[in-house]
Amino acid sequence: MCGNEALAEAAIIAGCDAYFGYPITPQNEIPAYMSKRMPEEGRVFVQSESELAAINMVFGASATGKRSMTTSSSPGISLMQEGISYLAGAELPAVMVNVMRGGPGLGNIAPSQGDYFQATRGGGHGDYRTIALGPSTVQELVDCMPLAFDLADQYRMPVIILADGILGQMMEPIVFNKTPRRSLPPKDWALTGAKDREQNIVRSLWLPEGSLEKHNYKLQAKYDQVQKNEVICEQYQVDDAEIVVIAYGVAARIVRSAVNKARKEGIKAGLIRPVTLWPFPTEQIAKAADELNIFLVVEMSMGQMVEDVKLAVAGKTPVLFYGRPGGGIPAVDQLLERIKQLIIPAKKQ
Amino acid sequence: MQNTKHESYEEVIIAGFGGQGIMLAGKLLAQTAMKAGKEVTYMPSYGAEVRGGTANCMVIIADDSIASPLVDRPDSLIVMNKASLNKFASRLKAGGLLVMNSSLIDTKPQLDDSIEIIAVPADEIAVELGNKKTANMVVLGAYFQKRGILSPDTAAACLPDAIAKRHHKTLPVNTEAIHRGAEFTRDNQ
Amino acid sequence: MKMKTIFERTPTLKNYTTHYCPGCGHGIAHRLIAETIDELGIHDRTIGIAPVGCAVLAYNYLDVDMVEVAHGRAPAVATGMKRTNPDKIIFSYQGDGDLAAIGTGEIIHAAHRGEQITVIFINNAVFGMTGGQMAPTTVLGQVTATTPQGRDAANEGYPLQVSELLALLPGAIYVERCALSSPAQIRKAKKAVKHAFELQVDGAQGLSLVELLSSCPVYWRMTPAKSMEWIENEMTKVFPLGRLKG
Repeated sequence: MCGNEALAEAAIIAGCDAYFGYPITPQNEIPAYMSKRMPEEGRVFVQSESELAAINMVFGASATGKRSMTTSSSPGISLMQEGISYLAGAELPAVMVNVMRGGPGLGNIAPSQGDYFQATRGGGHGDYRTIALGPSTVQELVDCMPLAFDLADQYRMPVIILADGILGQMMEPIVFNKTPRRSLPPKDWALTGAKDREQNIVRSLWLPEGSLEKHNYKLQAKYDQVQKNEVICEQYQVDDAEIVVIAYGVAARIVRSAVNKARKEGIKAGLIRPVTLWPFPTEQIAKAADELNIFLVVEMSMGQMVEDVKLAVAGKTPVLFYGRPGGGIPAVDQLLERIKQLIIPAKKQ
Repeated sequence: MQNTKHESYEEVIIAGFGGQGIMLAGKLLAQTAMKAGKEVTYMPSYGAEVRGGTANCMVIIADDSIASPLVDRPDSLIVMNKASLNKFASRLKAGGLLVMNSSLIDTKPQLDDSIEIIAVPADEIAVELGNKKTANMVVLGAYFQKRGILSPDTAAACLPDAIAKRHHKTLPVNTEAIHRGAEFTRDNQ
Repeated sequence: MKMKTIFERTPTLKNYTTHYCPGCGHGIAHRLIAETIDELGIHDRTIGIAPVGCAVLAYNYLDVDMVEVAHGRAPAVATGMKRTNPDKIIFSYQGDGDLAAIGTGEIIHAAHRGEQITVIFINNAVFGMTGGQMAPTTVLGQVTATTPQGRDAANEGYPLQVSELLALLPGAIYVERCALSSPAQIRKAKKAVKHAFELQVDGAQGLSLVELLSSCPVYWRMTPAKSMEWIENEMTKVFPLGRLKG
């Protein structure tokens, strides 16, 4: 079972009622798996005519209170941005997985982290956020599925999981059902037919003067709660580190190998790995910046998360960057050399 | 670097052309390692390039958790054709192991003396067994025998999971191919 | 003398002051849907989808659970709803910009898949909410905000007959075009709307659609009375009335 299939099964276990999707490499194992398993479970699978339609099918199912999801890869996620904005505006839960590939444009099908901005800044139009999770192992990808559905339902907002071609295609041993489930509020807002109650309306249009501003304040208050309560961040060998590398997803695995090698050579390197990309672990990184004199951010892009790190560090410490775009993958030995180059001048200070 | 190599950390690249069962060999290797209680990652090349072109996959077998699933410098390289040998041979670590399908590779590669080479006429053996497609299992068997980390019997026990149910009638011949590869290595050491 | 009630608001039509222009057909169409829902007794299991267009606020008129969705995407949203809630009655209400321009792909594929939904398609040959621009259904020679010299086939193409297109698809089981131009035509329209809902209630395997030729006096630059005549005399030449399928 590859990462893509594992996340599909995890979604089924997490109670996904409906899957809607359109084929795109490198995530095609997901719709293929879902097309077989969802009907077996008596649930819904529809191959849509486009990503536009897929995200709106998710919107429809979600508006009736059902747990629904879609998956795609970078160009397809771009097409879904309209729907994601409407989901955010209408406060509907939804789970999306972006198995990222190289861009811009059609790019290539190699693994990439070029969609960080799109996922963490909202992506579509308007003043909104989506929760963005960046798993780095197949196990974590599997663990993210129930978490994503619960977060989406709890906060009534879209949650996007950023994976990439490596995580989607690779295999490693996994265990299902590790994530503790949350108790969630009832979906009394859902469209289930106005039986013995007033009509429910799901909308993102707020025309009367001041009403949209009020709605945006309400959304922001919710986003503040997410930022306060839902940050997940792993710190690896950070306590005595002289240099800390910050990376997420698959890039963080390569960094971890480089950190292990550096440690064997007596270099005190560490890794900070944001698991939630939004909400970003700003406080954790700010705190580390008080005690450290150098950060290196590693991404499979030309530098996107590095901006959030700089915002967190707020000028207290130099933040350097190493990235490979367009499907390029950093090699462990290259990273190790980079760490060595940086640590020597830092020690002289 | 060689003396820092951890015995229980084995990085493998398996390569050949599309249709030689490279991915199946990699998956079986990964499942065998998992059955033996090891940590393991399996990473295939994917997309357009696997159709008719070269196919390869990376497998890491370790006692501790595995960070990067990517293999830059393999400890072992299993190649099924000449193009793959040319592509990957220079990446082998000093002291590493090369298992090659000598049925399709007629030259002896020029490599560092520290690298051990097992040349297995995998296609010939597979043809003898009556199923040419089992050449991938023959080289895998040769690898198991030489490396000694995992046993051919464990691999054979994993075959029903690795092979799609509709092909289960090939389980006996695949099992035989693994053992023949192992025997070949034992007899020609 | 005792007063006798001979006509009243059907319960699913809310007591709401209209925001539609004088002579607009939306109010009539809303009423036909509300009456149908009440007559079929499906008020407590119906979910409506409002479009982007003048009818975006349809939930202010129709007292059922409703959602307002992105421009043109109603058939996809309806698909998501019906597939996960086969026991609910799902209808979308879409204008000609919504269904015949930006949402062409969604309606064709929903019909093509045979989604068990009901679509009420309001064709008034113009974009209303955005200020009277050309719609795909604008007739040749018609002056709009974006065809100041009248629609010219050489530059703007011909009026799009979506219902005829949809009727070709096996998944569309019932397609009928009616007009909201006179009491007689409105009574026919009511029958069609009701039939389209009944098919869904009965579990018929496919999509049902009623196209309603509807007036937009403001952007047609006509009086309401002239608008009714224009529907019957001009629109029906391009969009002939009658049952196209089923």
